[in-house]
Amino acid sequence: MSTVAVPGKQRARFRMPELSPRQNLALTVAFIVAAALLPFLLDEGGRIMDNLVLGAAYVVMALGLNIIVGFAGLLDLGYVAFFAIGAYMMGYFGSGFWADAGNGEGVSLLVGEPAASLPGFHFNFLVIIVIAVIATTIAGMIIGLPTLRLRGDYIAIVTLAFGEIIGRIAINGDDLPVLGKVTAGRQGITPVDKIDLPFTDRFQSLNLRPWYWFALAMVVLVLFVNFRLRDSRLGRAWIALREDEVAASSMGVPLVRTKLLAYGTGAAFGGMSGAFLASYLNTVNADQFQFSFSIFILAMIILGGLGSIWGVVLGAIVLSAINNYVIPEVLNQKPKEWFNLDFELSQLSFGIFGFLLVIMMVLRPEGLLPERRRQMELEEGIGSDEAVYESRMS
Amino acid sequence: MSGGAVSVEERGEGGPPGTPVLEASAVTKQFGGLTAVNDVTFSIPERSIVSIIGPNGAGKTTFFNILTGLYKPTLGRVTFDGKDITGGRPDKIMKQGLARTFQNIRLFGTMSARENVMVGQHSRMKAGLFGSILHTPGVGREEKRAREKAAEELEYVGLKPNTHDQLAINLSYGDQRRVEIARALASDPKVLLLDEPTAGMNPQESDSLTAFMRRLRDERGVSILLIEHDMKVIMGVSEHITVLDHGEKIADGGPEEVRNNPQVIEAYLGKQAAEGH
Repeated sequence: MSTVAVPGKQRARFRMPELSPRQNLALTVAFIVAAALLPFLLDEGGRIMDNLVLGAAYVVMALGLNIIVGFAGLLDLGYVAFFAIGAYMMGYFGSGFWADAGNGEGVSLLVGEPAASLPGFHFNFLVIIVIAVIATTIAGMIIGLPTLRLRGDYIAIVTLAFGEIIGRIAINGDDLPVLGKVTAGRQGITPVDKIDLPFTDRFQSLNLRPWYWFALAMVVLVLFVNFRLRDSRLGRAWIALREDEVAASSMGVPLVRTKLLAYGTGAAFGGMSGAFLASYLNTVNADQFQFSFSIFILAMIILGGLGSIWGVVLGAIVLSAINNYVIPEVLNQKPKEWFNLDFELSQLSFGIFGFLLVIMMVLRPEGLLPERRRQMELEEGIGSDEAVYESRMS
Repeated sequence: MSGGAVSVEERGEGGPPGTPVLEASAVTKQFGGLTAVNDVTFSIPERSIVSIIGPNGAGKTTFFNILTGLYKPTLGRVTFDGKDITGGRPDKIMKQGLARTFQNIRLFGTMSARENVMVGQHSRMKAGLFGSILHTPGVGREEKRAREKAAEELEYVGLKPNTHDQLAINLSYGDQRRVEIARALASDPKVLLLDEPTAGMNPQESDSLTAFMRRLRDERGVSILLIEHDMKVIMGVSEHITVLDHGEKIADGGPEEVRNNPQVIEAYLGKQAAEGH
């Protein structure tokens, strides 16, 4: 048995306090109310609103990936695949991409004018979200079935490859053999329908508040799912197989099925957020679906603290603020102003993220708001390679 | 095949009397060129305590792993409760009623004792993805029952209520062993496989575990298969003993029979000791 942690042995580090269900509910409600009221303080079409919408969409993805990586311990380096699939569902069913649909007159479902009379499929956004969730879950299952029989690092490698495959298809999909045109490559599918919900006006590009509130509603949903799953039979099974697959399966936890549930659920939120972003950004462009995006989302949950729900929310907000605001808006011209160097800082974004992660690993490897179990696993080596290698299954 | 086993086969069965609940017939496991378990036939009757003994490296744990589905046997069949479970998935075998503990304790360290035992009930619970998210009344009841059952099992194995919410990694060694047994019992198994449960225990603790095994058999009707090095425990509790050496079954029978078998003595103490006997 490894050494038992002595409290105070290391530097006293702040970690997410263990909240009672009541406290957690209070925190959640306070967070949501504050977040919902925030737009009233801001310019409805300004840069900050824009960043808030993107930030909320990233929180959804980060919390989705948290189910896969944080809860079930499956290192997924290809999460961008689900973003891409969700976005393409939006592109397929909410734009003029399939110009021949309905003999060129377009097919529409529960949408108002002008989208209803344009060529291509134009479905209501809520329908598209359902399609995106189903499509990404199925894709998650297809990717997961062969992948999740592997363990540890191999899962990372194979998911990485699948992410790349989807990215390549996105780039070259404007002229595939046999299938023909399935994406618009780097040109992108554009324009994409704006969200058009019942009982409200079609979302506008000049008023970002409705977008933000919609994204916030998705955040609430994914938060809810995270909390419920964490404290459930499934949540326990995920911790168990994360720590010791052999013991978990010997205790009746079906490995592949349990991992697939994590993978499928996480994928669904990637797809949901992807469909939203496609509509919000008004394009489904192959350049969005690069490997670096997977790392971007993964960095959020590592920064915040793997498996720690509030930590992941914080990590997603911090990184998306750095990515969308601090680097391009605040510091972008500084190399020139300060050092007279001829480049813009935004060209170095991913170098900066990498540097931040290295700093984090040195100073605070457990993340900003670490989760208790994950911190213990890190400090005491529970569920580390030792257990994995010794437990080779035939 | 060695002489000790032949006498058993002449009796026309691979083990002790009684209706067998778990049977292994002619099980062989090879790793590359190494034969870890060679042609072992074995059975556990209902409501009984039987043991497998043998020197280190005799293939006992490998045989355990074959029974519980961690390894697929190269040859042979394993049947449990009349069903063929040869090479089945560990979780499915567990669900049918075959639970185990591990030689080197394998609790989930960051979970409390209670949560560990709740994981043991996984196969007996139904809550799925959507049920867990929506937390339907049925799921809530099931979760509550699982918590209560976990507490009952922990008390049954002798853990005081104030330790139930401690993290497994912080429990004493003896308590960790107990939690592991409680976790296995939480699925209400028909057969419990204990892999060296008294390792690292002092004589008093071993004695109380011996008594506990009898209680398990008599109160809950569980059959127990024991791998053990402590001969006092083995001889005291086993109704039937199978001896493995170099992966082969060299003897089986009641404690007296095995104790006086020259091949067994040879395996443990060397040839000279056997001759001097």
